[in-house]
Amino acid sequence: MTPFLIYVAVFVVSFYLVTKLQGAGIRDYTSLKTVTFGDESAVRPNRIAGVISIATIFLIWGIFTGSVLVPKPLHAPAAFEGTAEFTYTAQTADGATDDALVRVVVHPREATVEKPEVPAGDGFAKNDAAVVAQWRTVLIPWDKNDETSRKEGTKIIAINGQPTGPGKTVDFDFGSVTLSDKGTPNFEPSRGLQMESLYLPAPETVWNRTVKIFKEGFRNFTIWEHLGFSLYRVVFGFILGAVVGIPLGYAMGLSNWFRGWFDPIVEFMRPVPPLALIPLVIIWAGIGEAGKIILLFLAALWIMAIAARSGVSGVNISKVHAAYSLGARKWQIMRHVIIPNSLPEIFTGARVAMGVCWGTVVAAELVAAEQGAGMMIMTASKFQNTDIVIMGIVLIGVIGFGIDMMMRWAERHLVPWKGKS
Amino acid sequence: MTGLSIQNLSMSFDLPNGGAVQALQDVSLDLKSGELLSVLGPSGCGKTTLLNIVAGFLAPSGGGIILNGKAVHGPSADRGMVFQKGALFEWMSVRDNVSFGPRMQGQREAEYKDEVDHLLEIVGLQDFKEKAIYELSGGMQQRVALARCLANHPDVILMDEPLGALDALTREKMQSLVLKLWKETGKTIILITHSVEEALLLGERLLVMAPRPGRIHTEYRLPFADLGVEADLREVKKHPDFGVKREEILSMIWDMEEEIMGRSEGSK
Repeated sequence: MTPFLIYVAVFVVSFYLVTKLQGAGIRDYTSLKTVTFGDESAVRPNRIAGVISIATIFLIWGIFTGSVLVPKPLHAPAAFEGTAEFTYTAQTADGATDDALVRVVVHPREATVEKPEVPAGDGFAKNDAAVVAQWRTVLIPWDKNDETSRKEGTKIIAINGQPTGPGKTVDFDFGSVTLSDKGTPNFEPSRGLQMESLYLPAPETVWNRTVKIFKEGFRNFTIWEHLGFSLYRVVFGFILGAVVGIPLGYAMGLSNWFRGWFDPIVEFMRPVPPLALIPLVIIWAGIGEAGKIILLFLAALWIMAIAARSGVSGVNISKVHAAYSLGARKWQIMRHVIIPNSLPEIFTGARVAMGVCWGTVVAAELVAAEQGAGMMIMTASKFQNTDIVIMGIVLIGVIGFGIDMMMRWAERHLVPWKGKS
Repeated sequence: MTGLSIQNLSMSFDLPNGGAVQALQDVSLDLKSGELLSVLGPSGCGKTTLLNIVAGFLAPSGGGIILNGKAVHGPSADRGMVFQKGALFEWMSVRDNVSFGPRMQGQREAEYKDEVDHLLEIVGLQDFKEKAIYELSGGMQQRVALARCLANHPDVILMDEPLGALDALTREKMQSLVLKLWKETGKTIILITHSVEEALLLGERLLVMAPRPGRIHTEYRLPFADLGVEADLREVKKHPDFGVKREEILSMIWDMEEEIMGRSEGSK
């Protein structure tokens, strides 16, 4: 809740500050428009908002992970670390009471710590010691070393002087102590407001891990091999899908018989999510390379077939008529009119297909793979390496974005007439 | 036997809902080589159907087309077509569009280069040879379409409202260009239009068609096309006969439109 409130606050405050400071400076045509609400062309992304947006994500990430990127005073209260002490008051069956000290060392999860030494103290209740990792709880076996025990009717009646009983909680600076139903104190060190790095590591942890993985690789393969394998599967599967799908789509756009024959198949297979085919593909082809290529082939095939089909049906009939009137034969019309005219549609289809394939390959690798981007984050999550998981997600996003940019670039250069007829 | 002969052409087809349409009924017409015929009529009179049959895109249900002594079956390079818009190949440059016909016949660049350059000069696009189609204005695009058609040396040029999508000023310039090309090349031209003025200005012969079923209503022989070759088209429009003919044809078409309206209202 707190991170969300901070986010909203930054959004609102920066909106007022930036628009106030920036508003007067711009004097272009659009800035003179009085109707901007409803005029989509008057809405332009505010660059400063973009920068602040990204910075805010890192700020909140840093605040709640205690990152070095964010100055210390801004950090959210951290989980308690160090030595916590509290006293309990035990009462025997015949009404005698005695206090004893409990000393607990709270340590970071990855450290190992010796149990602290405490003098036994006087009275029938003896002092106790325990260790516990941050964000964990520990039961204090208080009567093990005492002269009386619970069996004899002794029980804890107060913690730090505050009266308590089974099921009740006493809070103090270092955390809280709850008595279990059987009367054993359960110490929970204060959690603070920061995320446990198991759930969300600090940005620099992710970065350091990324650098390390780029240097050392992950699970017997370099990072380039992992990403390369995923990309290779996508490209290979997509090319297979395009090589079969585009001619199929052309045939469906040019022949009644092909249209009638394949329409039911294509229309049925198109809405089936490729992910739903993973189990069947694994049953048929196993979890090896062949299975993944088949899956991606199927993911790309229908999209490319439909793109090619609509590319053919999108030909303005005047163009075909004109070509016939200019003496072109069928294959010349195919080569000079239908194919170039369908290229924009095919490129749109290819962009969609590449996006779907990239998503499908990651999912397929999550299920089973020796190497690949999806396998990397799945394996990392099994070993609770959240930093690698986050790194993997970012890398997958960057590559997906890169693929789309490349397709757009190719589209601009290969079909410059798109959308301009 | 040179020229185009349209013989007892009729066209009827079934509709998916069980009805039938009589788009053309017994249309006959003879065009001598080098004549310019403009066809006028209210929408639904079958003028585009007529053009598509002559071009070979549609097979008539009765009658036939004879071009230079041979019956016409299917489209071919001897009948060039100029469309209203959207028929140019956007993926080719202006030059490649114009040389499309010769290239499809397997001619090499040396064979057609001079001809293409010459045609581009006639239509005033010599400076736009390498431009992409989508970089040109609507009027320039139609000039490319004209040049592309001429580069193929067709015997007959069929124009389906070639200037319909242009603004009034560009349209006037293009009308002069069509007349100029007609005189220079001596081609037989059939031009379909919605504009009475255009039909009068360009048509050496003018055909008014009537709808339901599509048939020839009246035919005129006009002097304005020949006048327009030499004079300014605006001067031609001032000719006393021009206004008279325009009013006559306009009221004729208005009557047809009213008849259609009355008939469809009556059938409701």
